[in-house]
Amino acid sequence: MSATPDRITNDDSLESLLSQAVEYARANGADQIEVAASNDKGYSVTARLGEVETVEHHNQRSMGVTVYRGKAKGSASTNIVTPEAVNRTIDSALNIAKFTAEDECAGLADAELMANNYLQLDLDHPWAIEPDSALQQAIRCEEVARDDKRIVNSEGASVSSIGTQLTYANSHGFVGEYHGTRHSISCSVVAGDDKGMQRDYWYSVERDANNLEDVEAIGAMACERTVRRLGARGLKTCSVPILFEPTLARSLLGHLFSAISGGALYREASFLLDSINKQVLPDWITITEDPHMLGALGSAPFDHEGVRTQSRKVVEDGVLQGYVLSSYSARKLGMQTTANAGGVHNVKISDSNKSQQDLLKDMGKGLLATELIGHGVNTVTGDYSRGASGFWVENGEIQYPVEEITVAGNLADMFVNISAVGNDVDRRGNIQCGSILIENMTIAGGS
Amino acid sequence: MENLDIARNHLLAPTGLSDEDVNKALSAALGGSIDAADLYFQSTTRESWSLDDGIVKDASFNLEHGVGVRAMSGDKTGFAYSDDIAMSALLESSQAARSIAKSTGTNEMQSWRVQSGHMLYTPDNPLSVLNENEKMDLLREADATARAADPRVKQVMVSLVGSQEVILIARSDGTLAADVRPLVRFNVNVIVEQNGRREQGFMGGGGRYDYKKFIALDAANEFSREAVRQALVNLDAKDAPAGNMTVVLGPGWPGVLLHEAIGHGLEGDFNRKGTSAFSGRIGERVASPGVTVVDDGTLPNRRGSLNIDDEGTLTQCTTLIEDGILKGYMQDRLNGKLSKTTSTGNGRRESYAHQTMPRMTNTYMLAGEHDPQEILASVDKGFYAVNFGGGQVDITSGKFVFSASEAYMVENGKITYPVKGATLIGDGPDVLTRVGMIGNDLKLDTGVGTCGKEGQSVPVGVGQPTMRIDGITVGGTQA
Repeated sequence: MSATPDRITNDDSLESLLSQAVEYARANGADQIEVAASNDKGYSVTARLGEVETVEHHNQRSMGVTVYRGKAKGSASTNIVTPEAVNRTIDSALNIAKFTAEDECAGLADAELMANNYLQLDLDHPWAIEPDSALQQAIRCEEVARDDKRIVNSEGASVSSIGTQLTYANSHGFVGEYHGTRHSISCSVVAGDDKGMQRDYWYSVERDANNLEDVEAIGAMACERTVRRLGARGLKTCSVPILFEPTLARSLLGHLFSAISGGALYREASFLLDSINKQVLPDWITITEDPHMLGALGSAPFDHEGVRTQSRKVVEDGVLQGYVLSSYSARKLGMQTTANAGGVHNVKISDSNKSQQDLLKDMGKGLLATELIGHGVNTVTGDYSRGASGFWVENGEIQYPVEEITVAGNLADMFVNISAVGNDVDRRGNIQCGSILIENMTIAGGS
Repeated sequence: MENLDIARNHLLAPTGLSDEDVNKALSAALGGSIDAADLYFQSTTRESWSLDDGIVKDASFNLEHGVGVRAMSGDKTGFAYSDDIAMSALLESSQAARSIAKSTGTNEMQSWRVQSGHMLYTPDNPLSVLNENEKMDLLREADATARAADPRVKQVMVSLVGSQEVILIARSDGTLAADVRPLVRFNVNVIVEQNGRREQGFMGGGGRYDYKKFIALDAANEFSREAVRQALVNLDAKDAPAGNMTVVLGPGWPGVLLHEAIGHGLEGDFNRKGTSAFSGRIGERVASPGVTVVDDGTLPNRRGSLNIDDEGTLTQCTTLIEDGILKGYMQDRLNGKLSKTTSTGNGRRESYAHQTMPRMTNTYMLAGEHDPQEILASVDKGFYAVNFGGGQVDITSGKFVFSASEAYMVENGKITYPVKGATLIGDGPDVLTRVGMIGNDLKLDTGVGTCGKEGQSVPVGVGQPTMRIDGITVGGTQA
């Protein structure tokens, strides 16, 4: 990690466009303005049944502006990134701000919070690979995934490589820009027997393609995860512990972050109102946010308002230390922004130093959930009810695959009933965590 | 012809492009093993106004345009797009899209043939019928009505969203088609509180018309009162039951069941590939006698309707299930051709930057003959759900879910008490065989549906009459 006064300068046309936009807005009646632009470039290829299926070339730009006339706000955006179109967009935003109501809490984040001399976080790793060789990788990945006679069909394997340039400027004089890459390989196949078909998948995503999982390992994992679902049965309705695989455990932490986000809190639309300094998780759990991890998917030197991001403990010893705030929601709550305009950055949860195998043993009898579907999560009440599939576990060992069941509880209870967090951490996202074991949830089934 | 002229003026004229240039760009995408190509020009203006905490604190305006180029060779597709509608960018995209072709050859552009569309909505700009103050008045009126409706109302969030999309489609078979699509939406979300317990209620609606329809519908008052009513019902709701039971679904939006349970599974791409639980089952019984389900893109002013689909094909009413027997799939051009049939006008895409896929339009079940009261009266013990959030399906295993947001227990034919929302889970190819009674009260939803598939969102509609399902799993907490 290195602090540098110089910005990335390999394409400064967006920066100068944005600086001009700030000038134009101020000259035309804006008291404050912020403008952000992005450009995504790359491609994705998909192979299915051994042959190319699609080749997609991406090149997407967008520019968004927010202006304030006094404390009245207006926003506008476009994908036409020419100086004239940018000015027209600012005019639209200025017009809106003539009508919207004055709001004491509105405005840019405070000038002293700007990420001047922001960090370079090693996020930009272009992958020197042509679509044709990417396609060969996809074909090999799918070939490995289909190398099992129970695999009867395929949804294909994809390789994708995208580079993003993000630029932000505001009327405090802050201008920031960073580039980041995102490369991924994924594979999804279908297994079948006389009872029906099952689909599952596996993927790897990294900023640096050198860190991607090997294509053959991805294919093998997709195959294994799919065939193990064959012969799934239903369950009787019961109350048991549930072990959520890391990919699903991540969604549980996502619900926690939704409930402590400023927008939900100031609208009183959360089951975790006034929860600062209160016990929301068991006392052995600590959750950190680390925006400055080098090369990580969730890293960012500044948030969507130009505010310097900072490492912090969100939960310590199970006690909530801070919310997830932008400058607006912070002012509404009489607090300071946590540099989370646009979301959280690299969240990690402490683990119980146990493998998934250990957790299955701890659970004894219950459900290992490997997929959740549906939207049955109510952030206002914490009520939680989702469709699930996975594996029935007895004596700490997987017995058989299950499907067509629901898992239900209330998130506030589920969080305090976490009895262990695995060390099988899934690093493929902004929230990194291992399997989570929760005591006493309701499973509904039709058997 | 009017739409085509509007589209040419809007999309081609600003950069001086002619039909001849479009022809050249398509020709550049053709050749070799490429057997078809198309261009999709699009320009969208969109605005949204939002109110919370009692004030209209933000609004945004968005303008986007671009062109997508697709080149097809058998089941292979090359795709590229540009936000720059100019000849050089068009040719570059055409070259990129045709890179899937291995050899060079001489497939040629056919001469132009205009495909006109239905006239299900007007090409007028839906955003300009009200001025800024009138739009804000709508939001403020909804806020005032909701707050006046009950002292337990603590928060009101209102939004007004509108867009106009102009599209021009040019295909290598010479088809030239255009559409101008309005779409508006009005939402009210409330949070109520009583003795420290908080609950929410939601009402929304919209369609392919303009903002004035909301005034005609008295949406500011009607939607607010309905959102408050739902929220207050939930304040008294007890924990939902868990287990398999008889379920009665109300009319309208609960038709999201059909969208998830059978709709996605009957999309042509999954069936062509054989990855759907419904693959190869045309002609088989998949529902009780009396169950007829259609996908109809031709309903005037509905959210899911289209004059032409995104490949320039006329939309139609496609029968999916007739009297319980599986009749057909929904196709776009590529999957129709590969399945040796034709497009059903279901080729849709989120935007110029996304690829076309078979998608639903308005999917609904036709009415039966029972009075809804008679259906409720027939239930000894069961679950009655009248409002839902979203749903999801695994098309390969056929398992689907949809989540109730307003529900009641029924005992001895009578509604007893409200219960909390819960997710319902079932098996697509099986669930409609358990339909025991169908009401005579077919209703379409109020225009709130957005369907997601492979990362692309498109507006859709659903509908159904009141319906009794004899056995589906309700995912509450009370075992």
